[in-house]
Amino acid sequence: MAMSETAHQAAASNLPLVMRTEIGAIDNVTGYRTFSAGSFSFARDEYFARITWPEGTHTMPVDAFLRAMMRDVAWGFFYGTVNFDDVIGTVNHYGEVTLFAGRYNDAYHNAGRDREERFPSEVLMPLFKAIMSDWTNQGFDPFAAPMETGAPWGSKNGHNESAITRTRVSAKRIVGLPGDTPLRTDANGFPVNRMFPDLDQSTPIVEPEPGFEGEVWAYNLFDYLSRSDVTWNPSVCSVVGESLFCPTTEEFALPIDHGNDRCEWFITLSDEIDWDIKDKETGKPRAKVITRAGDVSCMPADIRHKGYAKKRAMLLVWENGSPIIPELILKGEAPIVSVTW
Amino acid sequence: MEYTTRLGSLADYDKGKVIPIDDDPKNYVFSNIFEVASQSAPYERVAVAKNFEYVIEVARAEGSSDWYSATHDEFVLSMDGVVEVQFVKLDDPAAVAPPESQGAVKLAGEPAGRKMGRVVLSRGHQGLLPRGAAYRFIAHAPACLMIQTVEGPETVQKWAEICQNS
Ligand SMILES: [Fe+2]
Repeated sequence: MAMSETAHQAAASNLPLVMRTEIGAIDNVTGYRTFSAGSFSFARDEYFARITWPEGTHTMPVDAFLRAMMRDVAWGFFYGTVNFDDVIGTVNHYGEVTLFAGRYNDAYHNAGRDREERFPSEVLMPLFKAIMSDWTNQGFDPFAAPMETGAPWGSKNGHNESAITRTRVSAKRIVGLPGDTPLRTDANGFPVNRMFPDLDQSTPIVEPEPGFEGEVWAYNLFDYLSRSDVTWNPSVCSVVGESLFCPTTEEFALPIDHGNDRCEWFITLSDEIDWDIKDKETGKPRAKVITRAGDVSCMPADIRHKGYAKKRAMLLVWENGSPIIPELILKGEAPIVSVTW
Repeated sequence: MEYTTRLGSLADYDKGKVIPIDDDPKNYVFSNIFEVASQSAPYERVAVAKNFEYVIEVARAEGSSDWYSATHDEFVLSMDGVVEVQFVKLDDPAAVAPPESQGAVKLAGEPAGRKMGRVVLSRGHQGLLPRGAAYRFIAHAPACLMIQTVEGPETVQKWAEICQNS
């Protein structure tokens, strides 16, 4: 595993940078534009996104495609690999990004039907944003759970720009401190989600002595999370150096299979989230992880994970944002599992 | 449809598990914070998650804790129960936690400095434990705390005891 990952990284870094992306013409029948990035092309119709490359072609239901691409865009290609499904996805090299088809799918890869092309992030990101803008119809919110939003189907029907251009919240120290990211309230447009009607909305007692108002601080994190208007979208709430608490609310299914390039930890704060774990390189199923309130689990650096929650659940995603970790893991100087005993 | 949110507590939690298909469950370092807090001494700061030098510690708050300080911010989240946190701005923080030290350092006695104030956290409330301050916890009934910090002299690691081993 470690060997093949190293080989992949070497190959990817030798890939010539592709600069060409193109926004195509409007289709006369569906009303949607086509797009291309290097030798990949993207088209949508009433039900499907269709991705083609010289060695193959792939079809995804367009709701799943838009939900996946929305995360990839919102997270700036995120940590490591964002698999839209078992075939399509991106690998973040932090400044550059690989777009791939079949690369992390045993059957495609072994048959030589896979392809990967590397782009400057600032070249691929505007194309992804243009696809999201053109293919998202009015009434469909790719951040929302399916029961909370309209359908994405049919021919071109308006836009939903405000839904797809939400900015990701990122506290510098802790939510609610003066000058830091604000609390969520009814008044600033964040009502409590329908699935959290019973959470305690109390505020902590905060009694600073004069002069210590900026240091003596606490807020209701559970209330803050219950007011999130997005699903599967971690946002930074507290920061110790590179240690980032990124809680999020989860309902339905994580729209991607996330193959992190480092260990990532989950602490389920409420309800139940079940995870399917597959091998990062091959896609072979490895484990299921059933998590309920209070459960802690580490996602190793050599897997991909996808979560499921029938009731909106609060999840604390814990990341170490240090930029040196992916390289250490690739060189075998950092463990694939954070803790061994 | 009316929804009910399932939170956990020291008295009532429902631990999940790793179900391997072709894997070693130890790879997932799986534990439950309420179980860990229940089975530890009061204010024993047990690591339940670790990523390089950073850790998440779990502690059962019960009665008054010692005073602690760190050279960096820490954060505490009540996962169950009510806990008061008192703060003192240390006159000489480096005498307590040397500048190169990491993690929480326990004070030998009472802190010397100005009172900064206090917070009282209930379940779901997250508070700042600011760098350079001394803090202590007071809980009149058992509470469960989760602390975002760095591995230090007070961090207890007992993974084989707390994690799913097979
Ligand atoms: Fe992830």
